[in-house]
Amino acid sequence: MQNTEQNNSTSCRVAITGMGIISAIGNSVEENLASLLKAETGIGSISQIETIHSENIKVGEVKLLNVELQSHLNLPKDNNFTRTSLLGLYAAKEAVKNAEIEDIKSHKTGLISATTIGGMDKTEQHLKQFETDAAVQKYINSHHAGDSTQKIADALGITDFVTTISTACSSATNAIMLGTRLIKAGQLERVIVGGTDSLSKFTINGFKTLMLQSEELCKPFDANRNGLNLGEAAAYLVLEAEPIAKKENKSILGYVSGYGNANDAFHQTASSDDGEGAYLAMQKALKISNLETSKIDYINAHGTATPNNDLSESVAIKRVFDNNIPDFSSTKAFTGHTLAAAGAVEAVFSVLALQEQKVFPNLNFKTEISETGLIPTTKLKPKNINHVLSNSFGFGGNCSTIILSKE
Amino acid sequence: MKGCYIHSAVSISAQDSFDAKSFDFKILENTVEKATAIHPNYRDFIPPAASRRMATGVKMGVTAAKRALQLANLEQPDAIITGSGMGCIEDTEKFLNSIIANNEEFLTPTPFIQSTHNTVGAQIALGLKCKAYNNTFVHGSLSFESALIDAKQLFQENEAQNILVGGVEELGKEFVDYVLMMETSSNQGIKVPFGEGASFFVLSSEPKLGAVNIHDIETISLASENDIIERMKVFLSNNNLTSEKVDAIIFGNNGDSFDSYYNNLASTLFEENTQLQYKNISGEFYTVSAFGLFMATKILEEQKIPSAMLIKNSFKKPLKNILLYNQFKGRNHSFMLISK
Repeated sequence: MQNTEQNNSTSCRVAITGMGIISAIGNSVEENLASLLKAETGIGSISQIETIHSENIKVGEVKLLNVELQSHLNLPKDNNFTRTSLLGLYAAKEAVKNAEIEDIKSHKTGLISATTIGGMDKTEQHLKQFETDAAVQKYINSHHAGDSTQKIADALGITDFVTTISTACSSATNAIMLGTRLIKAGQLERVIVGGTDSLSKFTINGFKTLMLQSEELCKPFDANRNGLNLGEAAAYLVLEAEPIAKKENKSILGYVSGYGNANDAFHQTASSDDGEGAYLAMQKALKISNLETSKIDYINAHGTATPNNDLSESVAIKRVFDNNIPDFSSTKAFTGHTLAAAGAVEAVFSVLALQEQKVFPNLNFKTEISETGLIPTTKLKPKNINHVLSNSFGFGGNCSTIILSKE
Repeated sequence: MKGCYIHSAVSISAQDSFDAKSFDFKILENTVEKATAIHPNYRDFIPPAASRRMATGVKMGVTAAKRALQLANLEQPDAIITGSGMGCIEDTEKFLNSIIANNEEFLTPTPFIQSTHNTVGAQIALGLKCKAYNNTFVHGSLSFESALIDAKQLFQENEAQNILVGGVEELGKEFVDYVLMMETSSNQGIKVPFGEGASFFVLSSEPKLGAVNIHDIETISLASENDIIERMKVFLSNNNLTSEKVDAIIFGNNGDSFDSYYNNLASTLFEENTQLQYKNISGEFYTVSAFGLFMATKILEEQKIPSAMLIKNSFKKPLKNILLYNQFKGRNHSFMLISK
């Protein structure tokens, strides 16, 4: 890839100029914000997937059905969009509209999307029909993880740099990070970054075998937390080189000022006791942003509400912030854990926190974890917020952190 | 622009590429639909207890990665970046089939845990206790190229000096048959066998005597045949090259109707050049371009072209610049320029 600017010795800042989201708490940024402000969860009983576990789990479902999404997106009848693609395109379109992009080709634009499940929602329905049923064979080629990204790119008219990241639950954070780096380096002028994952029987049963799902509403950072609620969502941010955004008088929603990626290298599915990977990711992000820990006003934590994650993350936060822990909350009790999309969902929420100057509450918290004694913010809290740190950690030890800033 | 030097290159493929002394590989019989990899002795690289739990792709990836580190004399890379189009399809199929067969009951977690796309990158990190930058790309036939772009970017940012980069794909047992079935029934489907393998490289920003340099890489999501000619001209001129200076161009021909993308370049910009192919010896799969890069590296190092790879020969020594062009089904195009 060639630099778009010949002289790129001083890298530019990376501005956020648009956002789009669809999650269990709403089909737009506006609806998501309304639910966050009202402390209304989107988690409930499962309705769109038939599973024997339906009585024993709670999930964060997007309320729109596939047919409704297809009609919103004006797709032809014979399309082979999986739910992951439908959610992804829906949110990406909102982000592009929100950024007031009229001609996507006016700047060198890329797309970096994240997913863990890809087209599994269709594969798991039709695997045993693929051989004989011509009507469902169109979903054979929509299984692989790059398919949803390609569909989004084609629909938006992005033809050059397009790729997909899959690092489990930290995927979208890595997409945001790579997009930011490519703009800073002058490789791209604009990039749409985020992630999409639909619910599937596959993930529900996977987390079931690991005994990581709660039968109740999840309780992040609570001493009596007993597991996560899965969710589905898609969320995207439009990132632009600051000089371009300013020249075009774009309203700048915030900046990506820091990012870090590290590996816990401890266990395939569990986090280390000392939260080393999380600690390293936060430290790296702080270093890139040139910010002292005291400048972080809010942490949007990964906070899945599994016994292991929340303890490990708490330990890591204490190691980074010492005794000056900023306000922190996990918003997973609103949306459920949306896996590859989580990092982008929470980046949108972090930008909303910057815009609204409010810390969103950590729902369902009662008692602090005795080992760490950390107490999250449990009521909507107005305050000056200039810098938000957002964590995403995944299976395979993949830990990533971004820092989003108002100015 | 910083260099991106290949300090070691290792490949497990349908050929004896892992242990081979000679790279004069034979063309795969095209009566075979699936070309399984020639597996090395994994016991030499992975403890048996761990190996038993690992699917084919994880074993191939971890082993190729370990060998690449050994050859480069490197204990800890500054980043681990992998690419895989289908990811861990073997364990995905295993878990999916037990869900279907037992109606969501009596499931064990291992296949689910190892079905996530980042399993190979994670297992490498775990084995090395490597806490550095770790990323996995899963974008069809650009998965490996995306990993390379990320690595080159880390060098530019001075975030890394040595990076382990690889592409891995396993055939699996079921899904590939559906894909094959669709190919066979289509008008002009893929003619080479479907393959699998793992190719890993230790890349370094520091030059080493005789090391091949990955000069430039570009990916294009969507382009017409004519667009590709124009984009190739720009790519060459950005690198201060003309087509005469390209000592060999390696195409990703697989026999399907989209080979016209290659033929179009072959009969215009590169009419006078040595033209090569590799999917006739490796088979087709999403990260096969990593095998293409492995072969290109060997050609530059040894100054010898395996006869099976020749489409058209205007071979003159020394071979200095090699260009690789790949696409899949008329999209996800990549240009890679390497030189010695």
